[in-house]
Amino acid sequence: MTSLAKQHSATLTPKQASELTPVLISASKLTCIREERLLFDELSLEIHAGEIVQVEGPNGSGKTSLLRILSGLSQPYDGQVYYQGQKISHCRENFQQNLLYFGHLAGVKGEMTAQENLNFNLALHGSNTENSCEYLALVNLLGFEESLASHLSAGQHRRIALARLYQSQAAIWILDEPFTAIDKQGVASLEQLFIEHTKRGGCVVLTTHQDLISIDTTTVKKITLDYHCDEYLDNEHADGDFKEDAE
Amino acid sequence: MISNQQNTAITAAPLNTAIEQKAILSYRHAFMLVLKRDLTIALRHRDDIINPLLFFVIVITLFPLGIGPEAQTLSRIAPGIIWVAALLATLLSLDRLFKSDHQDGSLEQMLLSPHPVFILVLAKIIAHWLITGLPLIFIAPLLAVLLHLNEQSYGALMLTLLLGTPVLSLLGAIGVALTVGIKKGGVLLSLLVLPLYIPVLIFATSAIDTAALGLPYSGQLAIIAALFFGSLTLAPFAVGAALKVSTN
Repeated sequence: MTSLAKQHSATLTPKQASELTPVLISASKLTCIREERLLFDELSLEIHAGEIVQVEGPNGSGKTSLLRILSGLSQPYDGQVYYQGQKISHCRENFQQNLLYFGHLAGVKGEMTAQENLNFNLALHGSNTENSCEYLALVNLLGFEESLASHLSAGQHRRIALARLYQSQAAIWILDEPFTAIDKQGVASLEQLFIEHTKRGGCVVLTTHQDLISIDTTTVKKITLDYHCDEYLDNEHADGDFKEDAE
Repeated sequence: MISNQQNTAITAAPLNTAIEQKAILSYRHAFMLVLKRDLTIALRHRDDIINPLLFFVIVITLFPLGIGPEAQTLSRIAPGIIWVAALLATLLSLDRLFKSDHQDGSLEQMLLSPHPVFILVLAKIIAHWLITGLPLIFIAPLLAVLLHLNEQSYGALMLTLLLGTPVLSLLGAIGVALTVGIKKGGVLLSLLVLPLYIPVLIFATSAIDTAALGLPYSGQLAIIAALFFGSLTLAPFAVGAALKVSTN
């Protein structure tokens, strides 16, 4: 791997009194290699309760890979992820009870109705399904409860999956492009939800190419992955870059 | 979306109530949850049930047409034909087991749920068997008539199918889990899975043949039962591990 120059840098900007709050999730010396390309190496980070962390970087810089490694879905080439000081592979059940991961793929079944999808997703993660109607209302899907998800739009699909956030008791939210296909009002409402969540002692790790509107950006911790992969640039569908209006 | 005050009202509970909330789900509950979901999806997407069954029927009806209607020849090859058709029908339906879940992201969510992957995977496999294996068992005696299967063999046919088709679903699931991340894994899947099906095929047809001679076939049945319980307890672990590798 020596031929691969370390063209990346991982800059962490610790903010205010975050040192006082407990560390929820931390990683030491993560290295990620995809398709013979070094995406990042020796990346260490600590995410405290009450923090919003934004992972930044161009397409193909490894944002999704980092989030998948943090959530335990992918294994890093090297390094470890810790949940409250324990390796996540050693406290899988406990970690996953406190984790909410939302990927590019919403995990919504076209054959099931909006309500059934949400109920399944909630129950699968051990949450209460009693008030699921209200959560659908919160994501503007009132009146669509009985519609099959395959009859709904892309944005509504994502909203069904995002409705779970309103019910979630998990402390760690790892959200990969949560704003994709969501309208402005929806984004604002989600941002408000993130702020509420951090106030309750949770943390949010997210990637987005949009500017955060209502969240004070100075309170957002940023992790920048800026490995320049010139020849592969912008060719990565897997990164899920969503082009809202092709200009 | 509705005003922010409302969000606050609902989400304001502190996070440390999480432990009480999480105790809701037992293993049985998780199992039933996934089983019910997969059956609901299959019932709304009937191709999944009808296609393998139709394949099974077509393959078996073609044999008398191709070979000729002599009862003796047909009854000689009937056990093999029914079982090979059952193998291929199962193989045809296997692809659906994890593929759609993988494509829409629900597989990731299942792997990240706090429940043991074993339980969720077992529920999916049993749902698959209820959708594809069970209908084959119901229709097999009718098709056996078509092939002039020896009268004494019907019991053996039903018993071997009842014990053997779950093994096909369980072992097949390992192959699907390994190939789910590959775009065109169809051929690879059959290469992986068909060799594993050979023991079931040998002992099942042997049991039916033995029954036709009026001899006891409990030995063969016991071996198929052993294969069934072995794969029932071990296959879900293998599937869980394979899925983690495939989604890596």
